[in-house]
Amino acid sequence: MPGPVLVFIEQREGKFKQASIQALCEGRRVATALGVPLAAVVIGSGVAGAAAELGAYGAESVKVADHEKLKSYANAAWGRILAKQAGGASALLLSATSTGKDLAGHAAAMLGTSVAQDCTELRVEGGRILAKRPVYAGKAFATVAVKAGPLVASLRPNVFPATAPDPSKKAAVENLPLDAQDADFRAVVKEIVSSAAKKLELTEANIIVSGGRGMKGPENWHLITDLAAALGAASGASRAVVDAGWRPHEEQVGQTGKTVSPTLYIACGISGAIQHLAGMSSSKFIVAVNKDPDAPIFKIADYGIVGDVFEVLPALTAEFKKLRE
Amino acid sequence: MNIVACVKRVPDSSARIKVASDGKSVDPAGIEFILNPYDEYAVEEALRLKEKAGSGEVTVLALGGPESAETIRKALAMGADRGIHLKETAPGRDFIATAQAIAAALKDVKLDALLFGNKAIDDDGSQVAAMTATLLGLPYVGVVTKLEVADGKATAHRPIEGGAEIVEVPLPAAFSAQKGLNEPRFASLKGIMAAKKKPVEEKPAVAGEPRLELIKLEPPPPRAAGKIVGTGKEAVPALVKLLREEAKVV
Ligand SMILES: Cc1cc2nc3c(=O)[nH]c(=O)nc-3n(C[C@H](O)[C@H](O)[C@H](O)COP(=O)(O)OP(=O)(O)OC[C@H]3O[C@@H](n4cnc5c(N)ncnc54)[C@H](O)[C@@H]3O)c2cc1C
Ligand SMILES: Nc1ncnc2c1ncn2[C@@H]1O[C@H](COP(=O)(O)O)[C@@H](O)[C@H]1O
Repeated sequence: MPGPVLVFIEQREGKFKQASIQALCEGRRVATALGVPLAAVVIGSGVAGAAAELGAYGAESVKVADHEKLKSYANAAWGRILAKQAGGASALLLSATSTGKDLAGHAAAMLGTSVAQDCTELRVEGGRILAKRPVYAGKAFATVAVKAGPLVASLRPNVFPATAPDPSKKAAVENLPLDAQDADFRAVVKEIVSSAAKKLELTEANIIVSGGRGMKGPENWHLITDLAAALGAASGASRAVVDAGWRPHEEQVGQTGKTVSPTLYIACGISGAIQHLAGMSSSKFIVAVNKDPDAPIFKIADYGIVGDVFEVLPALTAEFKKLRE
Repeated sequence: MNIVACVKRVPDSSARIKVASDGKSVDPAGIEFILNPYDEYAVEEALRLKEKAGSGEVTVLALGGPESAETIRKALAMGADRGIHLKETAPGRDFIATAQAIAAALKDVKLDALLFGNKAIDDDGSQVAAMTATLLGLPYVGVVTKLEVADGKATAHRPIEGGAEIVEVPLPAAFSAQKGLNEPRFASLKGIMAAKKKPVEEKPAVAGEPRLELIKLEPPPPRAAGKIVGTGKEAVPALVKLLREEAKVV
C-alpha cells in the first residue's frame, strides 16, 4: 500500500499562506489519482488551533508539530520533522517560497533523496508522479520522476489553482513529537525585518506592474507606482534598473531576481531580455508597453501597446481609476 | 580563515537552449560556457572573508568533466588560492548525487566556511547547497545577501517574502550567495597569469546514485500569439476593454 501524500503548510502569525493552500489542493488531486490519503503538516509554536480547518481543502489529517522551540524557523529542525514523517509517504509537497525551497533541500537530504524544484505541473501516470519543472531559466522544461521512495517536490506559487474550501470538512489532528536534535537548532532565525514600506509582496501579488530602463530614471517611478496603486498591484523592476540603483534588489524580477506568476504582468519600458523572461514568463497574461515595435517583450506579450511610457502610463492609470469609481 | 567555494560550469545565461535528439539533454553546439554567475558572488565573498581575517586560504571546488578545469581557473584568476577538481564519472547526476560527491570530497577538509551560489543557472535547483550542508552536518543559511563574521559566529541576512530573516550561526557553517551580497571583482591580467600556476588537485568524484529519473526534456510550451492593440495613448481604452472582457483580469 503506497503511503500518503504529505503537504507542508506554511503559516505566518497563524495565517496559512495562499501558496501552501494551492499546494494542498494539488496534493488532493495527486492523492486522489494515486488512491492514497492526503495529510497536511504544520510546524511552529501555537499553530495547532487552525489546523483542523485544512480539512476544507481536502486534507484527511493534519500532523502538527507545535512546540515553543519551533517558534522561529530552524531549517535543519523543521527538515528533520518533515523527513521523519515523509519516510513512507508517496510524496512530500511544499510550495516554492523562500522557506519551502530551503526546507525541501534539508528534508530531501535527510531522506537521501533529491527534489523536483519549482514544479509547474504534476501528473500521475501508471501509479507514478511525474513532475514538470522549468530549467535553463525557463528555456526548457524537464519532466522527472523519483526512482524509489517519496517524491519531494516544491510547487511554483500561483500556478496550481486552489479549489473553493468546504468548511464543513474537518481534518483529524495528530500531534507530532519534537523530533529534532540539538544540533538542528544551530541555524535559527533570530529576527525578521519587514521591508521598509508596507508593500505588497511581488511573489504573492495577483497583478504586477514592472518598469525597465525605458522609465529613464528613478524620478519617473511614480508612473509605475501610480498605475500599480490604481490596480491594487505590486511593482517590480528589471535588473538594469536595479543595477543602476533606481530600485532596491527586492523588486528585481528575473533569473537573478524573483520568479513571479501573477494573473497579469504589465512590463513598461522593458526590452524582454531572456533573463527577465525567466522570472515572469509563467504569468497568465502579459501586457507590454514599449516604444520599439521590435522589442522581444512583444513576442511573449498577450497584449501590447507600441508607445511612449510617459504618455501611455498616465492614460492607463486614469482609465483604471475611472473603472474603480 | 579557510574557506571553500563551490563553482559550476554552466551555459551562458543568454545561450539558446536546444534539446538534443535524445529528448533528454541539451545540444551543446554553439553554447558558450561560463562560471555560474551566483558562484562569482560565492568566490568574491570567500576572498573578502579571507582578506578581512588577514590569513587563511580560499579553495574552489568544481565537480564536472575535463572542461570544468577552465571554470576552476576562472575562480583562481579572481584570487582563490587553490582548486579541487572532482572528475565526473558519469553524467546525469541529480542534486542529491552532486551533494553526495561534494560532501564526500570535503568530509575531512578543515574549513571555517563553505560557500555556494544560490543556484546553478542550468538546472535552476537551489538545492545542492542545503543538501551538502546537511550531509556534512554544517549549519546552513541559504540565499544570503549580507554576511558578517566575527568571534567564530556569522550573522546572515536572507530575503523572504516581504522582508528578510536574520540568522546567526556558529562557524564552521555553509551559506549560499544571492545577488546583492557583493560585487564580484574582475580577474586582472596578473590574476589570470597567476592562476595558471596555482595548484589544482584532481580526484575522481564518488559514484553518483541519482534518485530522480529524467523522463523528458522539452522546449517551453508555446505562448499563444499576442496582439499589438495599437499605438500610443489612443490604444489605452481598447487595451483596458480587452483586459476586462477577453482576459477578465481587471
Ligand atoms: C547572468 C545574468 C542575469 C541576469 N538577470 C536578470 C534578471 O534577473 N532580471 C532582469 O530584468 N535582467 C537580468 N539580466 C539583464 C538582462 O540581460 C537585460 O540587460 C535587462 O533585463 C535589461 O533591462 P531593461 O529591459 O530594463 O533595459 P533595456 O534592455 O535597455 O530595455 C529598455 C527598453 O525600454 C524601451 N524604451 C525606452 N524608452 C522608452 C519609452 N520612453 N517608452 C517606452 N519604451 C521605452 C526600449 O525600447 C527598450 O526595449 C541578467 C543578465 C545576465 C547576464
Ligand atoms: N557540479 C558542481 N560542482 C561544484 N559546485 C556545484 C555543482 N553543482 C552545484 N554546485 C554548487 O551548488 C550551488 C547550487 O546549485 P543548484 O542546487 O544545482 O542550483 C551552485 O551555485 C554551486 O555553488
